[in-house]
Amino acid sequence: MAQSGIPPNRTALFDLHVSQGGRIVDFSGYELPVQFTGIVAEHMHTRMMASLFDVSHMGQITVTGSDFETTSQALETLLPGNLKNLKPGSMRYTVLLNAEGGIEDDLIVTRPAEGQAADGVMFIVVNAARKAHDLAIFEEAFTDELEFELHEDKALLALQGPLAGAVLAELSDAPLKLAFMQAMPASIEGIECQISRCGYTGEDGFEISLKNNDAISLAKKLYADERVNPAGLGARDSLRLEAGLCLYGHDMDDTIDPVSADLLFAIGKQRRIDGGFVGAPRVLQIIKDGPENRRVGLLFEGRMPVREGAQIIDVQGKIIGRITSGTFAPSLKAPIAMAYVPSELAVLGNKVTALVRGREVVGTITRMPFVHQNYARKPGI
Amino acid sequence: MTKTLFSEDHEYVRLEGDSATIGISNYAQEQLGDIVFVELPAVGTSFKKGDEIAVVESVKAASEIYAPLDCTVTEVNEALNEDPGKVNMDAMGEGWLIRVSLAADADRSHLMDEAAYTTHTA
Repeated sequence: MAQSGIPPNRTALFDLHVSQGGRIVDFSGYELPVQFTGIVAEHMHTRMMASLFDVSHMGQITVTGSDFETTSQALETLLPGNLKNLKPGSMRYTVLLNAEGGIEDDLIVTRPAEGQAADGVMFIVVNAARKAHDLAIFEEAFTDELEFELHEDKALLALQGPLAGAVLAELSDAPLKLAFMQAMPASIEGIECQISRCGYTGEDGFEISLKNNDAISLAKKLYADERVNPAGLGARDSLRLEAGLCLYGHDMDDTIDPVSADLLFAIGKQRRIDGGFVGAPRVLQIIKDGPENRRVGLLFEGRMPVREGAQIIDVQGKIIGRITSGTFAPSLKAPIAMAYVPSELAVLGNKVTALVRGREVVGTITRMPFVHQNYARKPGI
Repeated sequence: MTKTLFSEDHEYVRLEGDSATIGISNYAQEQLGDIVFVELPAVGTSFKKGDEIAVVESVKAASEIYAPLDCTVTEVNEALNEDPGKVNMDAMGEGWLIRVSLAADADRSHLMDEAAYTTHTA
């Protein structure tokens, strides 16, 4: 499948990252830039202008069945999102569950636009570290009816920020045609790609899927616009945390159900009643009874970051929860975190105590996202 | 006369008679990136070489800072509570972490001079 001669642990943009001064780290088996000029500068640039992120490490999968009905119906037995009502050129965030209702991965399913692909084709983007794992689950579940292809020959670029639409509009009409969570095929100065209006920063933005061989050329076209700067994994993490978005393997994993993770929106409304997906009995029961623990956002006073792994204690000092992600939020200039706490305590405004290096710090349960999400509800720039 | 020595863990020690100023090297601040929080010890605390004396945190991670030699804290850089970014701006100057008094026999044989440290980080 890897036809383009790129070493398996490098993305098509590796040489460009190095030439731009990216500090390369190992992430999910990929050599990727954690930062270029600095995480805070890249974070703020994304909130105010536009940044380009290389997210080619994520798994791009094409699913093929005989027609849309067959493909969407089959996928719905594994994924609790409402897929059968997806319109052409629209996308859905959902989760892959195990029989106990635990989250095996979170992913985005796209129904191709009218005429973009055969009727039974759908696209799925999964987390880098879960590619092989997810593919094995899919292939085992649908031996006969569906075919899955993982595209190691493709790159994925994320252009994110309030000016992303204006930047991309210089090269494509996609910003004028797509609203948040919509996708279409496009040709940018002869480069064939798929553009979707989505991302994981809380800002308006686009993800561009294209052949590895075209990736550097397209990235350079975007960098030719002086409003665009490169951004690395560090800013991606602080941006998604401010936006209240979960990171797989940290804020959710195969032991945590989507109700506890506050991801009920990943389960279609009717499907919360009808079930009919792997893990449904357990998940529907948790919806009915309420989860034991719940993911919440925490805002701390002072400056000391409260990071993943820190324990949350009650007044007696008993451990009652844990921090799953935490950092010093560049936009808020305050420490923020996500944590799991007992549901009865998961009330906005409640104070909880976390332990950092033996010191008690008090955090307030705060509505997420921590910053306003700037998604394009309608096409346009 | 002052003399600046460096540890393998990228702390610097600026010797001023029987006292010293300790901070992290410019190389270390570059590696850590944007520093958002510095936790400093209490004045009067004594440390043995290798003890954790401070924690310097970037957006991404917390890094422990170790005592480069036996010492007792006489002053901490309170300005870092408000503006930890001073460590990035001027690690060897305004971004100092603590001032300490040294025992007369404090072992400094393991510390490098600037030329050796430059080679160490090259």
